[in-house]
Amino acid sequence: MSAIINENVGEEKLPAMETTPDTSKNGALLSIRDLRVWFELRKWGFGHAGYVRAVDGVSFDLGFGEAIGVVGESGCGKTTLMKTILGLYQPTKGDVIFDGTNLAELVPRQMRAYRSNVGYVQQDPYGALPPFMNVQRILEEPMIVNGVKSKEARDQRLRTVMSEVKMTPIDDFVSKFPHMLSGGQQQRVVIARSMMLEPKLIVADEPVSMLDASVRVEILRLLRGLQTSHNLAVIYITHDLSTVRYFSERIFVMYAARIVEKAPVDDLLRNPLHPYTHALLAATSDPDYRNALTFKEVPPGEPPSLIDPPPGCRFHPRCPHFMEGLCDVKEPPEFEPEPKHLAACWLLR
Amino acid sequence: MMSESQQLLRVRDLKLYFRTSMGPVQAVDGVDLDLDYTQAMVILGESGCGKTSLAKAILRLLPRNVDSYTGEVYLDGTELMGMDDEEFRHNVRWAQMSLVPQAAMNALNPVLKVGDQVAEPMMVHAGVKKATALLQARDMFRRVGVPVDFMSRYAFELSGGMRQRVAIAMSLVTAPSLIVLDEPTSALDVLTQANIFNVLKRLKQELEVSFILITHDIATSSELADRVAVMYAGQIVEVSDASRFFEEPLHPYSKMLMASVPRLRATQEPEFITGQPPSLLNPPMGCRFADRCPSRFDKCSEEPPTAGQHRVQVKCWLYE
Repeated sequence: MSAIINENVGEEKLPAMETTPDTSKNGALLSIRDLRVWFELRKWGFGHAGYVRAVDGVSFDLGFGEAIGVVGESGCGKTTLMKTILGLYQPTKGDVIFDGTNLAELVPRQMRAYRSNVGYVQQDPYGALPPFMNVQRILEEPMIVNGVKSKEARDQRLRTVMSEVKMTPIDDFVSKFPHMLSGGQQQRVVIARSMMLEPKLIVADEPVSMLDASVRVEILRLLRGLQTSHNLAVIYITHDLSTVRYFSERIFVMYAARIVEKAPVDDLLRNPLHPYTHALLAATSDPDYRNALTFKEVPPGEPPSLIDPPPGCRFHPRCPHFMEGLCDVKEPPEFEPEPKHLAACWLLR
Repeated sequence: MMSESQQLLRVRDLKLYFRTSMGPVQAVDGVDLDLDYTQAMVILGESGCGKTSLAKAILRLLPRNVDSYTGEVYLDGTELMGMDDEEFRHNVRWAQMSLVPQAAMNALNPVLKVGDQVAEPMMVHAGVKKATALLQARDMFRRVGVPVDFMSRYAFELSGGMRQRVAIAMSLVTAPSLIVLDEPTSALDVLTQANIFNVLKRLKQELEVSFILITHDIATSSELADRVAVMYAGQIVEVSDASRFFEEPLHPYSKMLMASVPRLRATQEPEFITGQPPSLLNPPMGCRFADRCPSRFDKCSEEPPTAGQHRVQVKCWLYE
């Protein structure tokens, strides 16, 4: 193992990726095919006691330079999905295909090269930055790990990225430690770090949920700017529907380990098809004093356990349009009543 | 002017400074507040503006490093600042006002059944027997929408939303007239948030109780607000009726804060506020927002007056 870590990958680009450049140009950057990620539960430490089906049958394509928002409640599997894309979890079944290469086929050395193609922006910037490193060291770390030996090359790249994330004057920031920065500045460092190796895809896990309202918009705009100027693909994971529309082209709504609706942002907001999406939209407030005068309609109950999910449609125990004998028996396939607007609900059959 | 008898809480020039190695931090610096009976007031502000310290100052839940704690607080016409700590603990906290702490999920005792925890304030403050207190707790569980058989469970067996409801039930059980909610839903999902606000709205109608809701989330705060107070750098810069505030905020900071909210049902692009709030160790002279304010002019280097009538008050030279 240590041989692999010490080996110098250098500035050479990913061998596995370069062998198949042409298939990707008109195809997708990232294809997820019937992905299932299950975690085994153990009894007494060794006996099998079932699975937590954190991601259970997810498929989608992400184009080059496309930004998508994945919306769902805590425990719906969105973080597991993201970590599988980052190569931190192994799929139980199904494939993650990045730029024409199936991640399952990569040997560890290629996997490391793959990771330099995907940037990761964490939720809690303070927790994601090592407190004992200054900004210079934090931003150099990915390049050192990936064998950029020349100090000048590292320094030059660092300066380019820092000016891209608008951390100027650069010299004031490089010597600072994370605790000396504000929340917004910390998140800029996290974003800069994810950009160091010129990734093609950035996965942002609730990048603004820990920040103040006045800073949120600034960070979202920064991400959006980087996405368009570098033709980056971005997966933006959030529970907040109101920020997604300013950030992504498409929204995926996740419920109980599945994607229940996929649609372009405006279509989803104008005409939500799945009852769960409906409920989410209805529960999201805009600042308006009239909100205090009425009660909100909220579906009863709570999301199901992923150890033993309900049969058929997973939303049926809470759904106002529940049809007996159908919704609780057969799993709904994806219907496409409008072009590019898909939802897994029997109402649309 | 509202008559005195309608006022539940009256705070004048409240100051709470903390001692640190770098000097006193002026977390709450001269706050005035008025709250009527059965009203809900939202205190909006960004992290570090002193909103949680204000809640602690009202409830006198002070940490050890208090440098100075002065001002006037009247609850139901009674002056509280003159009371000694023991009297305050016996007769005011829980009995007349209670707190739903931030991250209520961690505020519950992991080794006590939640039913016993909700009953406990009754036993301590009303001096009733456990059986009576449990009966009262049962009623509170019903009111906040937690199934009564959950009373014999432990906190870890409940979901986040259920724990939050238990924390609310606990704050209600002694029938206080004021409940302070510190970021009650910031860790919860959208649907759970909507549920909790439904519960709070119902409680406000059914029980004669007033709320102070402390939050940074402007959109959801409108679910409960009758009055809105905006806090910046330890001071309240605007107080207004919710119906007025959400339509037309007056202080430049309130305006920019409202403009920063991403909206689901409108198309305007949200804007951000450049710069950072000042340090509370050594806040600037004059208006504390002046450095970031687009309408800044000469006068802003002097302390701004509080302008306006009783219902709407703005601390800004523009409205002098």
